[in-house]
Amino acid sequence: MSFKPEYRLILKYADEPGYTVDIDCYLRHGGYQVLKKALTLDPAFIVQEVKKSGLRGRGGAGFPTGVKWGFINHEKNTKPVYLLCNADESEPGTFKDRQIIYKDPHQLIEGMIISAYANRAHLGYIYIRGEFAKGAKILEQALAEARERNFLGKNILGSGYDLEIYVFRGAGAYICGEETGLIESLEGKRAYPRIKPPYFPAVLGLYMCPTIVNNVETLCHVKHIVDMGGEAFAKIGTPNNTGTRIWCVSGDVNRPGYYEYPCGAITFGELIYEVCGGIRNGNKLKAVIPGGSSAKVLRADIKYKIPRKKADGSTEIVEMGLEDIPLDFDTVAATGSMSGSGGIIVMDDTRDMVECLRNIAEFYAHESCGQCTPCREGSLWMKKILDRICRGNGRKEDSKLLLDVANHIAGRTICAFGEACSWPVQSFVELFEEEFVAKAKKEDSMEILEPVEG
Amino acid sequence: MSALIKNPFNHDLPAADTPLVNVQLDGQWVKVPKGLNVIEVAKRFGKFIPHYCYHPKLSIAGNCRMCLFEMGVPKLDAQRKPVLDEKGMPVISWLPRPQIACATQATEGMAIKTSSALTTDCQEGVTEFLLINHPLDCPICDQAGECRLQEYSYDFGKGRSRFVEQKVKKPKRVELGPRIMLDDERCILCSRCIRFAREIAKQDVIGFVNRGSYSTLTVYPDRPFDSNYSLNTVDICPVGALTSKDFRFQMRVWFLRETKSICTSCATGCNVIIGSRENVVYRLTPRVNEEVNSHWMCDQGRLNFHYIHSKKRVVEPASHLNGSLFPLEWNEAVRTVAQRLKEFSPRQIAFLVSARLSCEELYLVKKLIELLGKGEEIFSEVVPRKGVADSLLRSEDLNPNTLGTVCLGIGKRGEKLAELQEKIRTKEIKCLFAIHENPEECGIPEDLLSSLSFYVWQGLIPGSAIHTAHILLAGASFAEKSGTMINVAGRLQKLHKAILCPGRAREDWRILRDLLLVAGYKDKFFEEIAQVYTEMSKEIEAFGGISWIDIGDQGIDLSQKFKV
Repeated sequence: MSFKPEYRLILKYADEPGYTVDIDCYLRHGGYQVLKKALTLDPAFIVQEVKKSGLRGRGGAGFPTGVKWGFINHEKNTKPVYLLCNADESEPGTFKDRQIIYKDPHQLIEGMIISAYANRAHLGYIYIRGEFAKGAKILEQALAEARERNFLGKNILGSGYDLEIYVFRGAGAYICGEETGLIESLEGKRAYPRIKPPYFPAVLGLYMCPTIVNNVETLCHVKHIVDMGGEAFAKIGTPNNTGTRIWCVSGDVNRPGYYEYPCGAITFGELIYEVCGGIRNGNKLKAVIPGGSSAKVLRADIKYKIPRKKADGSTEIVEMGLEDIPLDFDTVAATGSMSGSGGIIVMDDTRDMVECLRNIAEFYAHESCGQCTPCREGSLWMKKILDRICRGNGRKEDSKLLLDVANHIAGRTICAFGEACSWPVQSFVELFEEEFVAKAKKEDSMEILEPVEG
Repeated sequence: MSALIKNPFNHDLPAADTPLVNVQLDGQWVKVPKGLNVIEVAKRFGKFIPHYCYHPKLSIAGNCRMCLFEMGVPKLDAQRKPVLDEKGMPVISWLPRPQIACATQATEGMAIKTSSALTTDCQEGVTEFLLINHPLDCPICDQAGECRLQEYSYDFGKGRSRFVEQKVKKPKRVELGPRIMLDDERCILCSRCIRFAREIAKQDVIGFVNRGSYSTLTVYPDRPFDSNYSLNTVDICPVGALTSKDFRFQMRVWFLRETKSICTSCATGCNVIIGSRENVVYRLTPRVNEEVNSHWMCDQGRLNFHYIHSKKRVVEPASHLNGSLFPLEWNEAVRTVAQRLKEFSPRQIAFLVSARLSCEELYLVKKLIELLGKGEEIFSEVVPRKGVADSLLRSEDLNPNTLGTVCLGIGKRGEKLAELQEKIRTKEIKCLFAIHENPEECGIPEDLLSSLSFYVWQGLIPGSAIHTAHILLAGASFAEKSGTMINVAGRLQKLHKAILCPGRAREDWRILRDLLLVAGYKDKFFEEIAQVYTEMSKEIEAFGGISWIDIGDQGIDLSQKFKV
């Protein structure tokens, strides 16, 4: 069992024996009680509570949820407001939202109803990844049950508030998880991200109306915030990294899976060695991707310089090994990476980092929507270079070329996919350059290659 | 602006009452309308930001990333107020990430660098990305000479490829519609054609399929892009992906001589460029005029020039004698016509005049009528042509200069055609002068034409009853003459001569001038078309004394001077 006991807020009942997805089970466990409370509160008050809670989005960017909600000017707005639940979950290494949907769908629905009420939305969609057929069915069944009990529909629980929520199944593309790509897809178009500005969803979202797009886990948290109050929620975790997070761990550990802990409560070392039972086959930890495959890889045998605030308000730089880095938004970001979607991929010392990167690059080259030039052309180029290196036809210039290509993508595309495909390349090449050089030294090339111009 | 076509977007034309803001452009503070995008801001001050997907009349896509630039915003103090320098202008805080110029709008205190290290690096990066999977077939590409990729490769390319992998191969020669061929390999996925089809042509049938580098432009199955505006996509395609089936592989564009003129296929009078070489017209392309056609023209008008080079065209003056055609010398032809016209009393003469003639030609016709009539009324009529107007650029009136005939008082817009027929039948009219019209096509049958004592036909391609004409005068097409026409909105615009008349054919105004001279017109001798115009503008009130020069390339609005 794990060294540090989990603090399960969202997954409290999820894996409890006998806990099922039907509404009666949920009601027996206190379900929809928070909704009853929420409907007696002023929507603006709930928004304030979410702001007070310090909740940051669990989809990947970690943007403060209350701030996002605050972008809608309800006094001036004359258009309908929409609430979209992003259940596309397509970041490799991430499988937390699926667990919530498959095991406790009513928690998500309750969180959504409260969030919709707070944002004065009367229509919501759960945008679910097309491949999650079972999840979609579960949600549809749960929505029907909720509607039957008047938790959805007209005049919810006699409050005068109306809301409908529908499940929308995506056709299956990574970019459908990008919030504006999701909106385009929901509108029946090809999932191309929109340019920001002006298409900030809170201003111009679904059908050019104010729209809030939140992740499954984020919306579930809203229920708990209303239940315990924003201030109480903010006490979980650390300042600016409040609440719990579900970490899904995959890769070379003995017990891969999903674990819920307060933000910053455990370190990578504790998670890997104690919670997940250590590295497989007694191997050594080599690297960790901390937040889904698009996050920059962290190397186990180097020290990271992390700025820390001291009690007097000044900042000091603390050197930390990977295993000592606490799992929260800010510390992971200080390493140059991100805690992103919470998908932690562990790699041991048997891993060939060039092969690992090739695998990641193949995914991103395949998933690039093709809308803008740098990502469309660069992602496949990087994949092709890595393919060639892995075939044994690498050149000593290739690592430099890879970096240069990645640098010409990151920060220059319409959406964050540019970073998603180039950050792994930048970090793998920078941190494990010796492996790229070594692999490129093989001289069994059958291909005729031109040298790269210096 | 009041273009006949209503563009959904006019990024280059902010409203007149848009307030001005201060923008720092490459270190210099300038004032520009608030909200103007950065590409247009730069353009106004002679700077250039390269771009592919941006088009001033289409929605912003922001996908080519060629217009990335370094942007600055006013530095703010603790009270979130701009920090000012010694000159009172904001101190700039430069953003680390480049921005796209097409989607970034001018705001107070914004700063733009069009040629910094970051900007140049972005431009070079995008150029390299675009070239890695693009075939380098400039020598055989039909767009060579008009290809932005070729131009930017020279300006921002490395001159050598770092790409040693297999290129992505895409389809070649894909038919997008009856007039458009797509070479997918060359497409840089700028989406201009998609947006044009959706936003302007209103035929949303083009789109992208597949993802990433394998993204491909295509047309929906069984839904060809057959809009009457489809060829505009060829103009706006920044590379050699979309080509006109009519023009592709006919001529290298840099060999073409470009002449500014107007389309004469309907009363809209779209501004065009006539591309010609060695006396052959190869294409018509739209010329920007925000008062008329903006950037566009219809396919019908664009392709309506091949008749100029028809083998059926009359290329020299001739006379019919005993069923055979005999060539004439011009002086002999003109003398014969002038003498025969004088043999008839004015009431026996009818002029069937085309509303496709220029104002100058109509003016000379008017002079001839006045000279022959000497105060008595000579019958004149024009032939109306009606089509179906669309909500874009096609006019219902297919004659380009109907308003010219109105201004000059020639004909009654076809109202008297039946009367003409009757007068020929009753032998009241014995002499008919048809100018650029075939009488049999407007209801005058062959037997009536053959009953005429004298029938002169002047024009390009004769009709089926041409053997009934006594004299044929070989005229000029719109591409072979200069002059003015008044479009449906009352705009006076210029035609310019692009090629010479074939054979011994002559510009119509010269034929008419010579006829006038031989018939006894002594008032003025016109050496150039501009002289005819000048005389006309003095005499005819509607032209209000506007000089030939004042008309310019964009024309001039006369609608206030007469009722349109």
